[in-house]
Amino acid sequence: MSASSDQVDKLIKSEYEHGFVTNIESETLPPGLNEDTIRFISNKKNEPEFMLEWRLRAYQHWLTMNEPDWASVEHPPIDYQAISYYSAPKKKGDGPKSLDEVDPELLDTYNKLGIPIEEQKALAGIAVDAVFDSVSVATTFRKNLAEAGVIFCSISEALQEYPDLVKQYMGSVVSYKDNFFAALNAAVFSDGTFVFIPKGVRCPMELSTYFRINEANTGQFERTLIVAEAGSYVSYLEGCTAPTRDENQLHAAVVELVAMDDAQIKYSTVQNWYPGDAEGKGGIYNFVTKRGECRGDRSRISWTQVETGSAITWKYPSCILRGKDSVGEFYSVAVTKGRQQADTGTKMIHMGENTRSTIVSKGISAQHGQNAYRGLVRMTPKAENARNHTQCDSLLIGDLCGAHTFPYMEVRNPTAKVEHEATTSKISEDQLFYCRQRGLSEEDAVSMIVNGFCKEVFKELPMEFAVEAQKLLSVTLEGAVG
Amino acid sequence: MSSIEQTMLSIQNLCVSVEGKPILKGLDLEIKAGEVHAIMGPNGAGKSTLANVLAGREGYEVTDGKILFAGEDIFELEIEERAHRGLFLAMQYPVELPGVNNTNFLRSALNANRVARGEPELDAVSFLKLVREKIKLVDMDEKFLKRSVNAGFSGGEKKRNEILQMAMLEPTLAVLDETDSGLDIDAMRIVANGVNGLRSPDRAMIVVTHYQRLLDYIEPDFVHVLAGGRIVRSGDKSLVAELEEKGYGWLEKEAAA
Repeated sequence: MSASSDQVDKLIKSEYEHGFVTNIESETLPPGLNEDTIRFISNKKNEPEFMLEWRLRAYQHWLTMNEPDWASVEHPPIDYQAISYYSAPKKKGDGPKSLDEVDPELLDTYNKLGIPIEEQKALAGIAVDAVFDSVSVATTFRKNLAEAGVIFCSISEALQEYPDLVKQYMGSVVSYKDNFFAALNAAVFSDGTFVFIPKGVRCPMELSTYFRINEANTGQFERTLIVAEAGSYVSYLEGCTAPTRDENQLHAAVVELVAMDDAQIKYSTVQNWYPGDAEGKGGIYNFVTKRGECRGDRSRISWTQVETGSAITWKYPSCILRGKDSVGEFYSVAVTKGRQQADTGTKMIHMGENTRSTIVSKGISAQHGQNAYRGLVRMTPKAENARNHTQCDSLLIGDLCGAHTFPYMEVRNPTAKVEHEATTSKISEDQLFYCRQRGLSEEDAVSMIVNGFCKEVFKELPMEFAVEAQKLLSVTLEGAVG
Repeated sequence: MSSIEQTMLSIQNLCVSVEGKPILKGLDLEIKAGEVHAIMGPNGAGKSTLANVLAGREGYEVTDGKILFAGEDIFELEIEERAHRGLFLAMQYPVELPGVNNTNFLRSALNANRVARGEPELDAVSFLKLVREKIKLVDMDEKFLKRSVNAGFSGGEKKRNEILQMAMLEPTLAVLDETDSGLDIDAMRIVANGVNGLRSPDRAMIVVTHYQRLLDYIEPDFVHVLAGGRIVRSGDKSLVAELEEKGYGWLEKEAAA
């Protein structure tokens, strides 16, 4: 413990000795977590004082917490001292020089997913500048946004340019006290996205993390904050269908959304992170806290997710329906195969009158996959005439997988209505025989039936994402039957 | 004059067991293009077994015999390959495919068959035109095209959907497995009209049925009675009337003897 402190001290001192900030690209912290680690991170990013204080408070709180163990997932214990909490972004030119150097199996997957060649190069880590004129693409994009008054940048940048805005909203939806991973994230978050839509503005295009692919490595403790002022609208896309690897196993991100009166935030996620090998080793742990607050009246927040990757997915994108007549929606397709495990769902907390929530959860399990839906619908005493409709469907492929459901309903207002429907089904031999007898291959048959099963969720995705998601599902389930 | 080349289906000494129990015990049958053959028989005789074995459904163990489909050994072909070669089975109990749009399903099936035969896929416009034309044959409303395959369809609607698929896929050998089961007279008449509308010199049909009434509407060229695991009697359509009068009992006795 003290050894790593010494190293950190040395590094910090050395930069002051030389009188200039060491080039960010050549520094990486050794593994370990203590107050100095946090000071180092905050200092490296040149953050305002309030941010460092917040981080430290979060860290102190984290030390008092225990890791939760109630989820329906199993994993070996995580050693928090064995993680490096700051790593330099990859130098340009570090990666492969051309597609010839990239794993052919990875390329095969990219092709099946229909990813254009130029994008494949970017994803494979080939220096983007050498590939296509990313500068002009990003520049045009930024110009359009600036004209509309939309702020879309990294959290780090936001802390420099708009510190007051960040201070006002960060932590207001997910406090660092909320849970173990949120506390950890608050203490050591690396970077993330900041979006601010001013009053009455309809964001002119879908915002996507793809446009930030060229920026600093967001790493494993990502923090995202989206604020939509009164009467505004934004649609945000997170992730991509391409399989992504990372040396870091634990991904504990936090996403906060705030919607004011008459504002709408649509947040879509497609996640296909490395799920581990056939024995379930080495995959990514995706433990994320996502929450949106419908702070204003008649505001609306929709979460749509397609989760096919990660070894373990543990997340509950939720909505706090504070404003009157506000609406929360959750649409999810979660696939587990191989040895993947998922414990995912949502929380809809109805506080205001006439609030509405809709939950559509589609779980698909194949091979040894274990899929759990965990949902909470809470109608607080003031939630007059609040309504919820939940539909929770599971599809089992093969007979070695599992689907589990843990619905929680807490209703403290007699005029509130909660409806829950659940189905469990298999892709039957009869269905496969029927499709094959009409000339379709077994793979096409499975793909067709699964896409039919997920239709309700896919239609909530922005169109391009929906097409990608369908392809992703086909590729994911290849070989999962039989 | 018929020649070997026109033989669509040749079944020789077919023996099939289900879960170890012999059901078909040496079935022989020859079918030529342009012919409609009816297969009748008591329950448990093996009529559906025959239909399913032709289509390649799992769960049936072929213990002896040979089936040539347009000269090819059918057991060398996968289920979808038999479909690509022109085999169509109108099922007794058509399954539901929730969420799978009926039109998309038809188009995918049609194009899968076309591609397998080296033909180009049909574009969306031509396809829709074709579907609208064929749907008239089964007297179905176009709204069925917007629904999921068989989901929430009545028995009659499911059977008509089978005939619609048959009309779209234009098989060379159509096997109709108890197509009239569960239908009232009107529904049956519509189905029969659809089937009759698809008769052609290039196409052979096997109509598997328990009851005679369907055969009042789909007049067969040949009638076979399947009893005790094999075909015990073959004849023309007058055999149907004889069965109606006498039942199956007398034939089963003959078979056992």
